[in-house]
Amino acid sequence: MEGEPIIRISGLGKDYLTAAGSVPALQDISLAIYPGEFVAIMGPSGSGKSTFMNLLGCLDVPSGGAYSLNGTDVRTLDRDQLAQLRNAVIGFVFQGFNLLPRANLIDNVALPLVYAGVGKADRVRRAQEMLDKVGLGKYGASRPNQISGGQQQRVAIARALINRPRLILADEPTGNLDTRTSQEIMSLFTALNRDEGITVILVTHEADIASYASRLVRFIDGHLAHDGAVDHEMHGSVGAASSPRKGDGTSVRGEDAAPTAASPRNPR
Amino acid sequence: MIGAMLSEAWIAMGANRLRTFLTMLGMMIGVGAVILMLAIGQGAQYLVDQSIASMGSNLFIVLSGSSTSGGIRMGSGAAPTLTVADAQAIAELPSVAAVAPNAPGTAQLVYGSNNWSTQVVGTLPSYLEVRDWELAAGYPFTDSDVRSATRVALLGQTVVKNLFGDEDPVGKTIRIKQSPYQVVGVLAMKGQSLDGRDQDDTVLIPVTTAQRKLFGTQFQGTVRYMMAQAVSAEAMPVAERAITQLLRQRHRVKEGAENDFTVRNLTALANTAAETTRVMSLMLGAIASISLLVGGIGIMNIMLVSVTERTREIGIRIAIGARSRDILLQFLLEAIIISIAGCLVGVGLGIGGAVLVNQITGTAVVITMSSVIMAFMVAAAVGVFFGFYPARKAARLEPIEALRYQ
Ligand SMILES: Nc1ncnc2c1ncn2[C@@H]1O[C@H](COP(=O)(O)OP(=O)(O)O)[C@@H](O)[C@H]1O
Ligand SMILES: [Mg+2]
Repeated sequence: MEGEPIIRISGLGKDYLTAAGSVPALQDISLAIYPGEFVAIMGPSGSGKSTFMNLLGCLDVPSGGAYSLNGTDVRTLDRDQLAQLRNAVIGFVFQGFNLLPRANLIDNVALPLVYAGVGKADRVRRAQEMLDKVGLGKYGASRPNQISGGQQQRVAIARALINRPRLILADEPTGNLDTRTSQEIMSLFTALNRDEGITVILVTHEADIASYASRLVRFIDGHLAHDGAVDHEMHGSVGAASSPRKGDGTSVRGEDAAPTAASPRNPR
Repeated sequence: MIGAMLSEAWIAMGANRLRTFLTMLGMMIGVGAVILMLAIGQGAQYLVDQSIASMGSNLFIVLSGSSTSGGIRMGSGAAPTLTVADAQAIAELPSVAAVAPNAPGTAQLVYGSNNWSTQVVGTLPSYLEVRDWELAAGYPFTDSDVRSATRVALLGQTVVKNLFGDEDPVGKTIRIKQSPYQVVGVLAMKGQSLDGRDQDDTVLIPVTTAQRKLFGTQFQGTVRYMMAQAVSAEAMPVAERAITQLLRQRHRVKEGAENDFTVRNLTALANTAAETTRVMSLMLGAIASISLLVGGIGIMNIMLVSVTERTREIGIRIAIGARSRDILLQFLLEAIIISIAGCLVGVGLGIGGAVLVNQITGTAVVITMSSVIMAFMVAAAVGVFFGFYPARKAARLEPIEALRYQ
């Protein structure tokens, strides 16, 4: 275990208030995620994955429990401080890409830098670099609706990366993409995790997408049902393990455990 | 940061040009209306101020007849009670600077083949002093002209224009009611009086000439009215009392009986007129401001729609690090740009409209820098005021709610 965890959660819960009363979407989640981990979150629809990601991303407030991100207890921060924390530490990648439709790609990618107070010339230069990195360097002046879904997700990743985050949160980033494009996107995440040590947490409901990760967290009905190293033969063993303990010994970094996008183990 | 926000505001406004334009239109019309109304109001005020300045300062008018018994009777049965001697006595009062008796009448003037019907006023040389009236050419008639009732005349500019055209009238002889009069001088241009009369359409002659030779009256030596000038503004109340007292004495008005004359403070009347115009001008502006208000509400309306439409965008911005004030500023900036751009065009419209009104109807208009600046500041304030609520609404969105918004 190397140093402080980037995410430490204990007893985290989230209840939604609806017309029908209070709905517990997450209950008593405790875990720690360390810098450099690549975590896949799985679970049936409605099991609380997105709720969990929103809490991790400080986009929503938990109903109970403690959460510290990057060593900061987020409960002590106000709205604007949270915004700055997100800006500095987290890169978000959403299922629906969430690009600004009217802005061109350069401006989309550079947006976090606007709120980080970076000057215009720097913004444009770094945004161009990021677009180059995700292979879209030529499209800087295009609008999001002029490129394909896979390309849009690359732009979103470029935007997530531009302020050099320590953590990337991706909620079903490949949910709207075909298999081949999904693989490309996953390769990108893998490279970022492997080469730059960025912690990646991603939600997916596809086992082959999850297999890119090194650690698997599984939710069922708002409970942490499984937390352990990715079992590359897991297709049959869904939900078998049940260890809602903290990430004891499950933090795998690099080496053999990392399922780099090497082997064609996608049966599709 | 502001640079990025300005360009974002530009993009956002460009995304829905028609809507942006219609929103601006409200502002344009509002500002245009305010500028136009202020221009018309100030034009009216300018005219009034001009007439007041041309009237002479610290003036009283003393009329025959009492004011309390059904208005002032001038020449309609009641005997004129004021005389030139009264005027000369009033002139001796220490609080009075000068007095000019007026015996006016209408007469036909002829010069060569031109003729012109105008008002001829019999008066004293002091008239020019009382009215602060300069001569444009020639000399005034003198006290000795008055004593010997000579046929001399001072012509107003309008009379000169109609009788002489470009010819120099000084020294020429005109005919007034057939009799020859020598033109000794030309009065300087005065312009309109408060009641809209052309003050330059007049001829001055010695009061004695008017009484004895031109009009002839059944009441020898009387005048219709006279004008008296107090030595200063402060002296006006004293002068008014002194004139009243003197005239009562001279006319032998019994204790407790009504005056057979009326003293009116012309300057006070003029000030009332000026005040009335000022109030009217203000009201015009105020009424026009209502359209500014409506324009502002239009901005608020559209900004609210815009915030709702862009809820998801706001969610994205907040998620990736926008603070409340960043969002607030962004939307506020948009509202301010719309209102200021609308205002700029509105200023143009207002000025154009004022010029048009002036050309078509001849109404006086005055556009002052201060009214333009004021309209501009009000527009900016409207943008901030009506943009604030929608902007705050945007700034207070919860990121997760905003991101979920479809
Ligand atoms: N905004 C909300 N209001 C009320 N209930 C919600 C809301 N969001 C999610 N839920 C409920 O919480 C549970 C978990 O939802 P979610 O985290 O979206 O699941 P997942 O992403 O795993 O499909 C579900 O039962 C869902 O209906
Ligand atoms: Mg979900």
